[in-house]
Formats: sequence, C-alpha cells, structure tokens
Amino acid sequence: VTDFTDLGVAAIRDGVREGTFSAREVADIFISAVEKARGLNAFVIETPDHAIAAAEEADRERASGKLRPLSGVPLGIKDLFATQGHQTTAGSRMLEGFTPPYESTVSGKLLAAGAGMLGKLNMDEFAMGSSNETSAFGNVISPWRRSDGGNAPLTPGGSSGGSAAAVAARIAPGVTGTDTGGSIRQPAAFTGITGIKPTYGRCSRFGMVAFASSLDQAGSMAKDVRDCAILLETMSGFDPKDSTSLDLPVPQWEANLSSDIRGRRIGIPKEYRIDGIPEDIGKVWDQGIEWMKDAGAEVVEVSLPHTKYALPTYYIIAPAEASSNLARYDGVKYGLRAYPDQGGLAEMYEATRAAGFGAEVKRRIMIGTYVLSAGFYDAYFNQAQKVRALIARDFERVWHDCDLLLTPTAPSAAFALGEKSNDPIAMYLNDVFAVPASLAGLPAMSVPAGLNELGLPLGLQIIGKALDEQGVLNAGLAFEERAGFTARPEAWW
Amino acid sequence: MLAARPMSVDTATVRHIAKLARIAVTDSEVEALVPELNNILGWIEQLQEVDVSGVEPMTAVIPNHLRLRDDIVTDGDKRDAVLSNAPVAEHGFFAVPKVIE
Repeated sequence: VTDFTDLGVAAIRDGVREGTFSAREVADIFISAVEKARGLNAFVIETPDHAIAAAEEADRERASGKLRPLSGVPLGIKDLFATQGHQTTAGSRMLEGFTPPYESTVSGKLLAAGAGMLGKLNMDEFAMGSSNETSAFGNVISPWRRSDGGNAPLTPGGSSGGSAAAVAARIAPGVTGTDTGGSIRQPAAFTGITGIKPTYGRCSRFGMVAFASSLDQAGSMAKDVRDCAILLETMSGFDPKDSTSLDLPVPQWEANLSSDIRGRRIGIPKEYRIDGIPEDIGKVWDQGIEWMKDAGAEVVEVSLPHTKYALPTYYIIAPAEASSNLARYDGVKYGLRAYPDQGGLAEMYEATRAAGFGAEVKRRIMIGTYVLSAGFYDAYFNQAQKVRALIARDFERVWHDCDLLLTPTAPSAAFALGEKSNDPIAMYLNDVFAVPASLAGLPAMSVPAGLNELGLPLGLQIIGKALDEQGVLNAGLAFEERAGFTARPEAWW
Repeated sequence: MLAARPMSVDTATVRHIAKLARIAVTDSEVEALVPELNNILGWIEQLQEVDVSGVEPMTAVIPNHLRLRDDIVTDGDKRDAVLSNAPVAEHGFFAVPKVIE
C-alpha cells in the first residue's frame, strides 16, 4: 500500500480482515492526516484515543477471528450526533462544553460495528446553513481551489461542511452527515464526493441534535457509492426511541449493489431546468443523461409542477419546527447560561439565547416564531403544510412514468467564503434542487459528475421512491462507473 | 384568514417576535432584522398563489403510525447524569434565578 489515506471504507475493512495491514497502522495514518489538515478546520474536536482504542480492539478481534462489520475503519462523526463522553456542539456556542452522558443511536450503531472515531466534524450552527459559515467554531475551508491561480478560500458547502471536507481531503475514509434540506448532498457535490440521504425514518433521530424534526435525516458520505452503502446499512434500522423510526428490516444494500440498470426509467424533471444557473451545470446534467442511456436506462422527460414552491415551503416549515425545537436552550438544563445585570428568570432566558445563538439561528427562530404566531399560523404554516402535500403528490404521480429522477445537486459549484453570507435568500437558493426530495421524505444521493471550467467538482442527484435506496445506489454505481471521477484536490494544507 | 397577513413587519413587530422567542435584541439588531425578515417573508409570500383547495396539510411524509408501548418504567435512576451538564445544579436539582419575590 502506498498511501492508506487513499483507501475507502470497504478497502480498509477488507484489508484488516485479510491481514494486509493492521487496523492500528490505518488509525495512526489517519490520525496524523487529521493533525496535518488542521488548516481546513474540518474538526471541532479530535478524538485520536478513541480511534486507537477501536483499532487495537479490531486487531485483537482479527487475531481471535471475531471481526465486526466495520472493525478497523476510522470515521468522522458530524458534531450533530451526541457522543457519550465527547463534546457535542452542533456548531453552536450554546452547546460549547456539552458532554452527552449518552450516545446517539446512529453513532452508537457505527461504534458497535467496530468503527473508531477520529473526531467530531464542524458544521453550520444547528445545521442551519449551506456554506459552513454559521459555525461558532469557524469556517471550514474546502480542500479544493479554483484552477485560475486565485487562492480564494472556498466553501465546502453545508451544513455537513466538515464532513465533506474531511472525505475530500482524505483525512477520513467515511463520515456521517445529516440532511434537512440538502445538508449531505450539496456539500458532497461541492467537494467531489458521494453522499446519500435515505428515506425519512430509516435512521433514528435519537441523539441527533434536532433542527426540523419532520425533515432531519442522517446519512453517509464517502468517496464512492459502495462505501456509502456500507455505512448507511450500519446506521439504519428501527429504534423505539424515535417515534418516527420506520419499523422495517434494513436491506442488504452492499450485497445487492449492481450497476445493471437496463430498463430502469430515469425521469428528467423539466422544472429543474431553471433560469440563471451556470451553463456548466446544464452541460454536466446532459452528460449524466447520456451515461444513464449508455447504462441501458430509458430516459423520459417528466414534470413536477410544484417544484418552484419547494424552497419557500421549506423556509416556513423548517424555521417553524426549529423555533419549537430550539426552545429547549434555556440556560437551565445544559449548555450556556448568561447572567444579565438585572432581572429574573425571563431575562436569564433572553440573555442566554441572545449570547448563545448566532445571527442565522436567531433569524430562523424569529421567522419560525412569526409564522406560528396567532393570526399567521393558517396563512403561513398551514398553507406550507398543504403545499408540502402537493409537492409529495407530484412525486407520487411521477413514479407512474419513471423509477428514478436525475437532476443537478446544486445550482452552482462551490463559491468563495463570504460571497453569499450577507444575502440569506441567495444562500437559501443553494438547496433549490435538494429541498423537494426532503419535503417528500425520499432517498436521494449526490454523485460526482465532473469538473467545471475552474476545476471545481459538480455533482448530480439521483432521487428514488420511498424505501428504494437500492435503486438509488445502483443507479449511482452505474453513474460512477461511467463518470470515472478521479479528480482530487492537491494538498496545500 | 389570509386577510390577517400584514404587508410587512416593523420594529414593534420584530421586538414582539423576539419577546415571544425569548431572545434579547439590541436596537441595532432590531433595525437590521426588519429588512431581513421582510425580505424573507416577502419571498415566502409566493406560496399564497398556490391553489390548495381540498388539500389536507401534510403531517407525515412516510405513512407511519404512532406506536404505543406498555405504560411501564423503562428508564431512570440517572439524576447525576441528567444534571451533569447543568450550568447550575444544587442539592440534586436544576437551579434557576429567583422567580418569586
């Protein structure tokens, strides 16, 4: 092996199993890669001791022939997942120093399968952002740079920006992400990696810091489709601790991976050809359509008539749910407490929340509070819930004509840090293609498709029917085989 | 119902929302939030043009039923763990500023 950091989840798992290398060797290499890459600010905390202990356990398991599914694989965990004994901040000053006495179901499943934890990955505050610029712990810098010679630091996307940067920089072979309205897929597209959000309810939300509970869903991000399938299979499954968890068996997504998609009908939604998006997005989309045809799929034009209403619907529902969920940060049970000069309990609440939340989180809480307030609930929130039903119905109808949808993941390549941070709506538009599948709870994946003129990655999105992660993964694999995406950022960090 | 919708929020409305949300805001924050919130509210306003007659508001994206479990104690005896992250805990309780004068 020349460089362990080139290895993905499957290669590490199999290499440890076959004795090609030890888990401890792998862990040491990634730990040192994480240390060297601190300039990316991808991790809020590093947990090398955890990764080493898990690796040593994996090596003992191998000696005794009792390896678990992910023994020897070091992972990064998004800082939205509660990790027992390890600080969990959700990217917020409010939770700085918060050390959960319990483990989230998703991270717990990965660790129980033998994975080690390299650290907790930086993210937009409470997952509210599309550029990682709202983190209280600083921007994550994308490992990618434009090829025009300018060294403007670029966003890795968000909210799972640390997750995406870590995989792209090859300092973690695989990571967890979470996706409320594109937070796995958009950063995956911006950094040239693969990321999947499963059907709502596949992954337990227990121990995931809540943002918008009807939309929040965990998923996996890695270098390729197979690695995403492996991680997602471990992360998924029924959990009585989450009332919206689906009580269904987890399919064997990895074992059933097949790039044979002959005869599958791939829908191209005409409403996703919107004005004002760069030409290179349309080009890469057309190229992707050709690859799907080459794989033997039948490509059909379809219509999702309510697409243009998805984003405004999302920006009512998500802030409404957030305003309710984030009411828990009151300076009493955990997290920050601020001490105002005068006043009692109410003033303590107000001072704590003023000091602990960043500007974007406050903005969304206020929007959510407004749309839920007396007199406006029907006009805004109820209306949005009805439009959400229409958006879901669009998808139900489109499945008569096709089995999967192929669309761009994001309306642009990665932009420079600071470029959109003063214009909330321009920032929100990043998720124009990602949000509809979130509102309908559907599985969706971003796969790298190519580079734009400035040498930056572009991704395409595959959306599937509810519970058809296999169909999404298989089409993703067929796509991956044809795209042959091998570009990687040159290490400057 | 739609008639209750104002054209825009003003500083008094922003202060009211902040009060409801229990977030202290300075005068300059209020000034900045007025156009920001108005821009966002103006943008989401386009939903009003959608015909939703006969459409039920969506409450669950994937058909699922709310499970009930037996009404028995399944957890507990974790006082110290529960209090371990409290900013102030006293005598085994969360402590808050004095509420009653």
